[in-house]
Amino acid sequence: MERFFISDHVRISNGQFSKNGNLIFAEDKDEPFTQTIRAFYKSLEIQHPAFYKMDNLSKLGFCAAELLLKDHNQLSLYNSQEVGILLANENSCLDTDQEYVETIKDPENYFPSPAVFVYTLPNIVIGEISIRHKIQGENIFFIQPEFDAEFMVNYANGLLESKSLKAVLVGWVEFYQDKYDAFMYFASSEKSKQNTLEHTVDTIKKIYNK
Amino acid sequence: MSKAYISETNIITALGQGVSANIAAMLEGKSGITLYYDKEISTQSFYAARVDNALLESLDPEFTRFEKLILASINGIKNLKADLLKSPKTLLIFSTTKGNIDQVPSGKRVKLYDSCQYISNYLGNPNKPLVVSNACISGTVALILGKKLIESGTYKDILVLGADIVSAFVLSGFQSFKALSEGACKPFDANRTGLSLGEGSAAVWLSSEKNDQNPALFIAGGGISNDANHISGPSRTGDGLFFSINKAIIESETLGVKKEMIGYVSAHGTATPYNDEMETKAINTAELNHVPTNSFKGYLGHTLGAAGLIESAIGMYSMQQNILIPSLNYSAHGVTLPLNVIREKAEVDIQAMLKTSSGFGGCNAALVIGKE
Repeated sequence: MERFFISDHVRISNGQFSKNGNLIFAEDKDEPFTQTIRAFYKSLEIQHPAFYKMDNLSKLGFCAAELLLKDHNQLSLYNSQEVGILLANENSCLDTDQEYVETIKDPENYFPSPAVFVYTLPNIVIGEISIRHKIQGENIFFIQPEFDAEFMVNYANGLLESKSLKAVLVGWVEFYQDKYDAFMYFASSEKSKQNTLEHTVDTIKKIYNK
Repeated sequence: MSKAYISETNIITALGQGVSANIAAMLEGKSGITLYYDKEISTQSFYAARVDNALLESLDPEFTRFEKLILASINGIKNLKADLLKSPKTLLIFSTTKGNIDQVPSGKRVKLYDSCQYISNYLGNPNKPLVVSNACISGTVALILGKKLIESGTYKDILVLGADIVSAFVLSGFQSFKALSEGACKPFDANRTGLSLGEGSAAVWLSSEKNDQNPALFIAGGGISNDANHISGPSRTGDGLFFSINKAIIESETLGVKKEMIGYVSAHGTATPYNDEMETKAINTAELNHVPTNSFKGYLGHTLGAAGLIESAIGMYSMQQNILIPSLNYSAHGVTLPLNVIREKAEVDIQAMLKTSSGFGGCNAALVIGKE
């Protein structure tokens, strides 16, 4: 069996933004998500105006990918088709679905918006990350009751082993009613300077449950 | 390594129950797309292809419409024994974009996983269902996942299920995008103005062992990609879809299915101006534009998360029967590059087929089915 490695991993929850276990940015955990994520986005000092149009799920996933891939020296090793994205969450885009339903439920006050409607698919966050980082390989959004490390790690390793992909961004991006949790990492056959963790179910479970 | 054989399929669409019944209706030139006046969905009339309520009547009213569609598709799989569904070596894969979206006001199993788990429990399957929600490529992705999980030996049998309903939610959304056709949609036609929504479900039973199907079909290759270009419009170049097609073909060759054997393409063909143009470019880049191609959207509308599954199931049956089904509502060629759109029914030997899908979020998927 070929071995694969995790180069970096990030977590965003309770106002804390950490990378490889180190706190990078923090806001009060009681701050509304929209303010927290905007403050983090501003701290990145990047120009990506589409961020302000995104729904909360996409903002969360976009920022997790930004935290993960900032100063990341591995992504550039591959061409766009060799990198994939596998994400999952519990509530799909139900939060945005409910927001959209508010705009159509009253015939007297009916104003369906394409700008909201487009975010009523959970895989739009994958599209946003793909556009930002020019990632064009296999991409799938799964719905799971909780982060299924066993399935995600085995499936990702299968893609790497078959050479279908050379690197893969794997994660959990969940947003519902102002509760949020994002976990994301980058796995490939390359060991990095920062990290030499092997990409196994046990390792991912340990990192995720920390 | 075992191949992922197609054991049996069933579909529920606006043209009825069962793949052969659907094909018979298509060959008579029937379309399931009609004008509706339904205040539950819209204050104004609208075109769509909806499943006849009579097909779902016998099911427990405790189930939602989405769940009934899934169950009705399973009930039509004749050789599926209850024991097989209860086996730990059998997995259920669900593909849907919106599941019980009509239940948002009541809150009944609006979480996709809850609804899929509920169906899985009802069927007595011991495994956690695998749920894919990847816009309009969901059904094709679910088949690709099924292929991998059979080939790796993780499961002996997989029931790939997919459904989406016509709802006020989705209708208003596509209206707001101005993406809907004025009448029935016209894939690849010069006068196409947009898509028609459809409703439907499919069950595709994959197995590691060949059953008595003759000829036996199997999933030979799959590819999934992203345009990385725009979240609600396809790429202008078709490069993303081409990557998927190319990957599916390369994978198929490892199972002995060569590109030259592809005798039929079941296109996504939504009939939006941009989709059909992009798709034609990708098929040209793959040098498959001479291969007879159709879109089933003129008959069935766009069944969203179920589309890849329903259309693959119909394509598989055409392969077994060696018939090419005309692409409905195509009269004047309406895409820049050449494409061999099927105008009349023909009987030809189809050794392999290609299914393509594309969706919001820039996603694309392609699948090759081979014949033994």
